[in-house]
Amino acid sequence: MIPGTPLIEITYLVAAVLFILSLKWLSSPATARHGVWAGEIGMVLAVAGTLFYQGIVDYKWIAIALVLGAIIGVPLGNVQMTAVPQRTALSHAFGALCVTLVGTAEFYLRAPHVPPFMMSVLSLEVILGGLTVTGSLMAAGKLQEWLPQRPITYKGQNFVNLAMLAVAIGLAVYLVHDPSAMRLYPFMVGIALVFGVMLIIPIGGADMPTVISLLNSYAGLSAAAMGFVLNSKLLIVAGSLDGASGFILSVNMSKAMNRSFTNVLFGAFGQVQHVAAGAVEARPVRSATPEEAAAILSAANKVVIVPGYGMAVAQAQHKVRELYDTLTKRGVDVTFGIHPVAGRMPGHMNVLLAEADIPYDKLLDMDDVNGDLPQADVALVIGANDVTNPAARSDASSPIYGMPIIDVDKARTVMVIKRSMNPGFAGIDNPLYYLDNTLMLFGDAKAFVGSIVRELTGASGAHA
Amino acid sequence: MIQADLFNSLYVFILAAFIGFEVIRRVSPLLHTPLMSLTNALDAIAVVGAIILAGEHKSQLASVLGTIAIVAATSNAVGGFIITDRMLKMFKPSKAPKP
Repeated sequence: MIPGTPLIEITYLVAAVLFILSLKWLSSPATARHGVWAGEIGMVLAVAGTLFYQGIVDYKWIAIALVLGAIIGVPLGNVQMTAVPQRTALSHAFGALCVTLVGTAEFYLRAPHVPPFMMSVLSLEVILGGLTVTGSLMAAGKLQEWLPQRPITYKGQNFVNLAMLAVAIGLAVYLVHDPSAMRLYPFMVGIALVFGVMLIIPIGGADMPTVISLLNSYAGLSAAAMGFVLNSKLLIVAGSLDGASGFILSVNMSKAMNRSFTNVLFGAFGQVQHVAAGAVEARPVRSATPEEAAAILSAANKVVIVPGYGMAVAQAQHKVRELYDTLTKRGVDVTFGIHPVAGRMPGHMNVLLAEADIPYDKLLDMDDVNGDLPQADVALVIGANDVTNPAARSDASSPIYGMPIIDVDKARTVMVIKRSMNPGFAGIDNPLYYLDNTLMLFGDAKAFVGSIVRELTGASGAHA
Repeated sequence: MIQADLFNSLYVFILAAFIGFEVIRRVSPLLHTPLMSLTNALDAIAVVGAIILAGEHKSQLASVLGTIAIVAATSNAVGGFIITDRMLKMFKPSKAPKP
């Protein structure tokens, strides 16, 4: 329980207002950094206010824990930008861990006298929290490639998962009826923890943006439930903001993959991967050398670059910036088309390109860039595959049919940088590669873009 | 009394969820990664519950769990704000074309 003196309550109220302003200022890159400052001030105020709470009898461990948390937090805030997806997953795990531990402590402090409503939200708090802890750790492990990225599926997986969830909820219902059955509590939390692992096992890399958003939402909702248990309005506000944010992102991601939201919610992830690609016959493709690619690019007026996870893997973003600079200097209009699920988390490509110093007004989202593509001379696809697959528009038998894509095939010339003709992560053949206006540029993204840049600058040097 | 608390909390939850939807809907997809790290940092406000648990010392278990919870939440707050600011610093508009 957080019983407040007026002073503490005022710090909480101000913090809640600052948190809302913080997200409001994030709506535009121009004011976004104010948002961070507002959040920081709110956080410091609320923590400082709490330290004045008279029920606190011992400050030693609080101080040690705060310092230790800060010591762990600083390196976590300074990871490389390419590691942001796994860092984010890890922070979902930490947030949920805090909530689950506090919920557990509250249960043992109150049991066996826990009113039914209190027990219901407490169960919600620790079940959501528990599955988010292990689920997020699994997701972070897969993103960091400590665990195999490949989805692991087995027969009856959905049944096993649903049964586990049902047992956890059953235990929660029993505890609501009879909170004195304290020995059931560890089982409820334990099952939630195992469920989190089982939930992420069938997830492949391409589904990560959706999963991370969903875990974000769960972490927020469990924190809001904790607010109910502690009767803390500030926590309810922060938790519902986080929950709403994760929910909106999950809906965005599932739309961008043409999955229904219920399909995503009930853990039917990774289905796309099971659908084997049809017989891939060897069809002829046209390939080009860096010199040829450079010649086409230098003759263009308008170039759209479509990056994907492959760009991140190859660490090609800085070379891409050089290409952008070179072409822009020659008067070519260069923009970037970012698909919502490109990369491993929402907004992943934007962060990498911004890190490489590409102005954010050149980063267009899918709808805007699709309006531009018919006028584009060249669409350059770097490490993206499924999000450019025209089969999603035309081939009803394709596993990704109906998924919104970036219409690179509408550009006069399409160039695709790719390591080889192996199908992409989802194992789906991409008819884009066989089109008459498509040129395949085989090679490592970073090396290939580097060679194009050398060709372009070398050529201009020769003319000078 | 409990009943009144419950309804107060529900009102706060519903209103905050609506505000959350309206505010976050306006965040450009450009900034979705910083959005996630910022909401994560704000979520670390759960630390206030953990501080009280650890400080009240009502039971050994509560103090231990509360202390661990403070570490987890604080690292999230500190790390989350740092990385969000680092990301936002990188987003720059085009420079005005030089004559």
